[in-house]
Amino acid sequence: MRMRSLVLAGAVSLGLVGSALAAGAPTPPAQKWSFDGMFGTYDRAALQRGFQVYKEVCSACHAMSQIRFRDLGGGHGGAHDPLIGLGFTEEEVKAIAAEYKVMDGPNDQGEMFERTARPADRLKKPFANEQAARAANNGAYPLDLSLIIDARKDGANYVYGLMIGYKAAPADMKMGDGMNYNEWFAGHQIAMVQPLNDDQVTYSDGTKATVPQMATDVVTFLAWASEPNMEHRKALGVKVMMFLVLFSGLLYAVKRKVWANLH
Amino acid sequence: MAQDNAFFNHPTVKWIEHRLPIFSFLDHSLGSQYPTPKNLSYWWNFGSLAGFMLVVMIISGVVLAMNYTPHVDLAFNSVERIMRDVNYGWLIRYIHSNGASMFFIVVYIHMFRGLYYGSYKPPREILWWLGVVILLLMMATAFMGYVLPWGQMSFWGATVITNLFSAIPLVGEKIVTLLWGGFSVDNPTLNRFFSLHFLLPFVIAGVVVLHIWALHIHGSNNPLGIDAKGPQDKIAFHPYYTIKDAFGIAVFLIFFSFFVFFAPDFFGEPDNYIPANPLVTPAHIVPEWYFLPYYAVLRSFTFDILFIEAKLAGVLAMFGSILILFVLPWLDTSRVRSGRFRPVFRIFFVLFILACIGLGYAGSQPAEGWVLRIGQVCTLWYFLHFLVILPLLGWFERPKPLPISISQMVLGGGRMAGAAAAKPMEKA
Repeated sequence: MRMRSLVLAGAVSLGLVGSALAAGAPTPPAQKWSFDGMFGTYDRAALQRGFQVYKEVCSACHAMSQIRFRDLGGGHGGAHDPLIGLGFTEEEVKAIAAEYKVMDGPNDQGEMFERTARPADRLKKPFANEQAARAANNGAYPLDLSLIIDARKDGANYVYGLMIGYKAAPADMKMGDGMNYNEWFAGHQIAMVQPLNDDQVTYSDGTKATVPQMATDVVTFLAWASEPNMEHRKALGVKVMMFLVLFSGLLYAVKRKVWANLH
Repeated sequence: MAQDNAFFNHPTVKWIEHRLPIFSFLDHSLGSQYPTPKNLSYWWNFGSLAGFMLVVMIISGVVLAMNYTPHVDLAFNSVERIMRDVNYGWLIRYIHSNGASMFFIVVYIHMFRGLYYGSYKPPREILWWLGVVILLLMMATAFMGYVLPWGQMSFWGATVITNLFSAIPLVGEKIVTLLWGGFSVDNPTLNRFFSLHFLLPFVIAGVVVLHIWALHIHGSNNPLGIDAKGPQDKIAFHPYYTIKDAFGIAVFLIFFSFFVFFAPDFFGEPDNYIPANPLVTPAHIVPEWYFLPYYAVLRSFTFDILFIEAKLAGVLAMFGSILILFVLPWLDTSRVRSGRFRPVFRIFFVLFILACIGLGYAGSQPAEGWVLRIGQVCTLWYFLHFLVILPLLGWFERPKPLPISISQMVLGGGRMAGAAAAKPMEKA
């Protein structure tokens, strides 16, 4: 991401993409993220707080259909990987799943039945389908958030901007029915009501739940949801790069040696 | 490194060689019995790099296909399953998606090298044609591959590009219906694109064999663009160029790995992480970067030309921008191959590269205002370069004197004899 913004910054300074940025939505200011850069990792405490924000606030309307409860613990086929999950233990994941009821079946009587959720189940959707979601939300469809950070340009800063960007609409702006003014949303009119307010959640680790704090936490969680394997990717990448640099040096030495006798 | 070494004297090798001379075939193709100009620069590494990328793409692609589901309701989620749940699935997919960009980077450099050093000139015209065929096959393969994840850009890119064929008079609409397998981009489209995306790389591999076969008839061109005068101008491919190519691949892998591990979405569009939705059009439909120059050519035609509609003219120009490469060996009238000895050509070569970059930029932006003008000027320049500048340069440019032989130049033994100087090199 940083690489991309660097290249983008270079292009802007050359006057290359100026018009593209002017034509689109306003660009929210860049924040510092724990997961930025070649060695960035997800801040585990922020991930757990972010999950709490999602669970207590966002999940009332937004599904995350790509995520299973076991992912919260980094569970892949039973193995728990500290580089992948939110830092929850297997027991904690089971306890989180047990808070939900999911539909299963048909059983041997041919009937559907409700049961307690297990780690292998996906996070529970707030609505049965898109139509139900629209009916309950004034016609607007709350998006699935599994990939929201990857699916937006400069996604982390953008979603953070949305969370903190609610303001009173300028006096000369005519707002649509049920729409809210947001500084960083394209067109500034968003159907979503301001989701975060100070002390909306109570963090168990004593962190004060200000709007910027909750926004940072939930964006960290959503970034993790977009790419749970990121830390694996970067850790492996460092090893691969070190090997390749050594290997290229070795091959270059051999090449010099082979070519030395040539005249 | 003749065939009297220990390997070829091994009884098992001898037994096999007597029945199927595969080892001596390989030795003659890519080994110690294939003579290569001794003065090849690192620009000549990009051929083997392209071959390497083809293998990488086929292997990673075959593994992805084991986990991918070509159905409109399942494709997007099957890709996400690869990213999240398949062991190292994220690695294989990032190798494949970034590999497409790497493949095009390598092939474009390979082509510009050929353009600068005149590698398309006699007697290598068919070698050049086969390269252009490979490029066309790569473009078709890459386009269909981008459709498979079934994100928003997949769907709308497929819609825009397949619709181009509707500009063809009389049969256009029928061709589009055939491509779609219906009356819109839908499940049959995804199915046939998957099937063809799996097939075409093997067709490419076949044409690569022909490409290498044609290469071996007269051997590699070289930075001086003159023919080898004798064995003293050549060295064995193995070990000299096998080790040089291996070193090139390792360095290239560092570049490739940087994107795979630290910027895997650099070449991608965020919109393709949104599942395809036929009811919602993205604000700004753009193809992958390697298609941007052609896209700019297509959109430069905002006006009808005589009886040709603007859309058809754009489509013709877009395909023409590649097809013109087939006749390049006859458009370039200069008999001097290497741009090193062509002072005026060098300037126009730089301008040509700038035009290509300008086209890439214009293709990435909404086609309006001054961006559209840049695209139009660069499109004009692109065709002028091939149709006017190259034919005229051969007549008006006075090339610098050519060296007598590769060895003389490599060993730094003086410049060249005056008599040979003004003559247009090699064959009498």
